[in-house]
Amino acid sequence: MQPAFSVIFLTVLIGAGQGLFLALFSCELSGFGTGQGERLALAQGGGLAILLSALGLVASFFHLGRPERAWRAAAMWRTSWLSREVIVLPMFMAICAGWALAHAAGWAGTRLIGVLAVVVCLALFVCTAMIYASLKFLQEWASKLTLLNYLLIGTASGTTLAAAFASFTAPRLVPALALAACLLTLVALAGRAASLVRNARLKPRSTIQSAIGVRNPVVRQRSQGFMGGSYNTREFFHGRSAQALRSIKWFFLAAGFVLPAVLLASLDPTRGVLLLSVVVQFAGLIAERWFFFAQANHPQNLYYQAVS
Amino acid sequence: MTQLALVIDLNVCVGCHACVTSCKQWNTSGSAGPLTDDNPYGADPIGSFFNRVQTFEVGEYPATQTVHFPKSCLHCEDPPCVPVCPTGASYKRKEDGIVLVDYDKCIGCKYCSWACPYGAREIDEARQVMTKCTLCVDRITDTSLPEAERKPACVMACPTNARLFGDVHDPKSEVSQAIRERDGYELMPEWGTRPANRYLPRRQAD
Repeated sequence: MQPAFSVIFLTVLIGAGQGLFLALFSCELSGFGTGQGERLALAQGGGLAILLSALGLVASFFHLGRPERAWRAAAMWRTSWLSREVIVLPMFMAICAGWALAHAAGWAGTRLIGVLAVVVCLALFVCTAMIYASLKFLQEWASKLTLLNYLLIGTASGTTLAAAFASFTAPRLVPALALAACLLTLVALAGRAASLVRNARLKPRSTIQSAIGVRNPVVRQRSQGFMGGSYNTREFFHGRSAQALRSIKWFFLAAGFVLPAVLLASLDPTRGVLLLSVVVQFAGLIAERWFFFAQANHPQNLYYQAVS
Repeated sequence: MTQLALVIDLNVCVGCHACVTSCKQWNTSGSAGPLTDDNPYGADPIGSFFNRVQTFEVGEYPATQTVHFPKSCLHCEDPPCVPVCPTGASYKRKEDGIVLVDYDKCIGCKYCSWACPYGAREIDEARQVMTKCTLCVDRITDTSLPEAERKPACVMACPTNARLFGDVHDPKSEVSQAIRERDGYELMPEWGTRPANRYLPRRQAD
């Protein structure tokens, strides 16, 4: 597939926002957030999670040909994971806003709102991942690992962000959050590595023989029917060499996972180190998502193997 | 239940592209809006088409055959492009099984095109909505046309009668007979989409 940066930014940003909320709420559950200053920190963190989700939402509009009609996308939630995501994302933002507001105003019941937000947050991970995992003939995506990786990568990057955020607002949380972020990043690395191994072993179910229905083992395309490009040749091919793809793979494994884990594991992570972890991991995860799209091999490509 | 579809005879398709051009002509002139080309006179032109003819070489030289292969939306009985549409713009008509896009509801998210294993859908660059073969729905249902002309433009244009059109659920129809008697097959049966369009395989020459 041709990776679309709108969708890359959407999924990376909302994943980090969701992970940030989960990290902050875990802090609350473990006893943080009693004093006014601590509650304000949680409120600000919630605000940051909403900001990231909102940026992701804005990015998603750039993917639409007719963004002014985006409201229609909530209609088919019974059958479409995309429609479900369109509903659940604003729902998550709204409940997260309620949670942050309750902390800022010093209201009771933040844990109840938080639990609700966790449920919606997890539902959002499922919706986002299922958009891809439900397309069974995109074999690289059609796996439980897709779901697992969206969840793990989101929580890992959000927790890294939470650690950096805490270095400004709640320094006593930093060691625990940095440790959690390091461990989650390593678990996410294992999950992503598992999907890379799985995808490397995939055997395409569709072949040129099944595509045109000819049983002969030797079939070569001589013409795709046109000399110029078309939507089919633009949308479904990334156009990069196998070498470039390999370089991007090693880059995202290093920048998205290994380097941040090393930085986070440093004995006394300073503010600078934590911010560096966030920036490096963000760059790495953008590349990770790019690779996720590029690696998916659409069966329609079988029909576009030779211009003429 | 009616399921309109095309049956394409690979024995007689000569790869003349008449179906491609007549499809483009009919569908760019219709009430649903033009089928536009993007940058048509530039260095990298692209255009939307509902139908293409591709060419494949089968076998090892000198025992090769050239197969011309017309490709358009197969109007699947279980179309994967329909349930994924977030707006309901992509739908399958109950009365005749045609898979259509409501251009006024489409938001151009392209998800349906990702969900079609055949690459049958193309975005219209000018209107930014998804387009696809309609089986010339505005032609085949137009009662002001003589009955013999209520067929898709591609079928009307084919000089070798390689394209048959009809109801594949009616066992007595010409298309059902052709499928039955000449082993009409589905493309990519491995995905369970149950394409309504079928292809008639090459027959052994004596």
